[in-house]
Amino acid sequence: MKILVCISHVPDTTSKINFTENDTQFDTNGVQFVINPYDEFSLTRAMWFKEKQGASVTVVNVGNATTEPTLRKALAIGADAAIRVNAAATDGLFVAKQLAEVVKNGEYDLVLTGRESIDYNGGMVPGMLASLVDFNFVNGCVGIEVDGTEVSLVREIDGGNETHASTLPMVVAGQKGIVEESDLRIPNMRGIMMARKKPLTVVEPLEIENATAAQSYEKPAPKGAVKLIDADNIDALIDLLHNEAKVI
Amino acid sequence: MSVLVFADSSEGKFKKSAFEVVSYGKKVAEQLGTTVAVITINASDVSELYTYGAEKVLTVSNEQLKTFNAKGYTSVLQQAATAENASIVVLDSSINVLHVAPMLAVAMNAGYASNVVALPSEVAPFTIKRKAFSNKGFSNTVMNTENKIIGVAKNSYGVHENPVSGTSESFDVSISESDFGVTSEKVEKASGKVTIADADSVVSAGRGLKGPENWGMIEELAEVLGAATACSKPVSDLGWRPHGEHVGQTGKPVASNLYIAIGISGAIQHLAGINASKVKVVINTDPEAPFFKAADYGIVGDAFEVVPALIEKLKAFKAA
Repeated sequence: MKILVCISHVPDTTSKINFTENDTQFDTNGVQFVINPYDEFSLTRAMWFKEKQGASVTVVNVGNATTEPTLRKALAIGADAAIRVNAAATDGLFVAKQLAEVVKNGEYDLVLTGRESIDYNGGMVPGMLASLVDFNFVNGCVGIEVDGTEVSLVREIDGGNETHASTLPMVVAGQKGIVEESDLRIPNMRGIMMARKKPLTVVEPLEIENATAAQSYEKPAPKGAVKLIDADNIDALIDLLHNEAKVI
Repeated sequence: MSVLVFADSSEGKFKKSAFEVVSYGKKVAEQLGTTVAVITINASDVSELYTYGAEKVLTVSNEQLKTFNAKGYTSVLQQAATAENASIVVLDSSINVLHVAPMLAVAMNAGYASNVVALPSEVAPFTIKRKAFSNKGFSNTVMNTENKIIGVAKNSYGVHENPVSGTSESFDVSISESDFGVTSEKVEKASGKVTIADADSVVSAGRGLKGPENWGMIEELAEVLGAATACSKPVSDLGWRPHGEHVGQTGKPVASNLYIAIGISGAIQHLAGINASKVKVVINTDPEAPFFKAADYGIVGDAFEVVPALIEKLKAFKAA
């Protein structure tokens, strides 16, 4: 089984978000970048398929050269090879079309992604990619088993889970549950050394227009101070929630 | 050119988000000087939609789509968009619709903006405001494509009455076998429980509760409020509560009217997932907990004393 894991390069979850150049650019100053957490769950599941079922695992990112440390980290975790499509990722449809080209050229059986990236939160690339390459698609996946070309999946739905049956080739967008938090791997020294020797291929992008473009950014309006209520005066809280906030 | 809205239903019934997207779609149609049509799949009574501006409702009744199927739904929406000559499709942000939207974007060769929080600020160029950076920012995004899909963030635009004398007509669709490459085998759902996605209020608790055996009072508080229960990431990682209750940056997003956080310190990742909620209440023993900076109302106190007192007072309030 040939697996492709799509990796987004995103600000660490603890990052403070600021904008620069007249609020037209995300301010990367002092920001630590990581593998998108949703993608990391899927990458970890891919490692399981590699170890238990002999799958090969390639990771791919659409981004400029600054994203390479993130791909190297994925290699250090255990992916066999990496591909970087040399273009800034600023629009979901653009990224999906670039990835579709990689999928077509690589003859992958299973494409694993995260449900969404934690930077632009579009949540659209996996579904778009599946449609572009005409693969079966399951979103928000919290469990996947593969037996030959038969795939059994569990997807999170409102208030529960749904079990699906499908066949390869597939695109599957994962989230926590596809592996547990405790299954996530920190690259060890041997992995980091080996990652340096693994192939990282840079491919040039298809020339495509962006479907959407961010013109400017805003931060949420600053919050007013919290109203503190005495622990012995619950009636005051109920009064505020009823008469002021009007939520009960 | 017109605007098409998908009013999603569950077991035949519309949720609040369906009325929200119809309200939104009607307004966008007014901005563009065009008409709005609403498509429904296996909904039992569509007349409620007229209250929110649905001038024309297309009803699809199809046995094969009794269970959600992403490709089948995509196909229905595409056929409806073609029939209505719609270049703008307005969708909600439920789990099923988020599954369909990107597939529809490819089918219609459309740009797709998700997490949209307001009406277009301009229609030429078509500019919308969407959430980004896990609720830590907004992006004003221009959509360049002729066809556009707008995913409205839950509880962001709101439900606005705009009564019209609408009409409904049945819409015939052709679903092909190839739409069923992914089949549904089993659905497991807690019955009778309010889900986090649909809840107007959410009661959430963290490690401050000390152990899973102490969740009885959280469930009771939720019941009194008609709220869903949720938890912080450490609590779900420790296995005290199921994954489905984990809210925060890598868990479920919350956009309820009321969010009560009990024994949750308010790590930046947690706040990112819940700060789309309108009113936030924090109960924590530690006055330095970061959640107090993000909350509207706070009580510094021991959850084991405050929560039972709150339950008792709320019961009295509800009874009055």
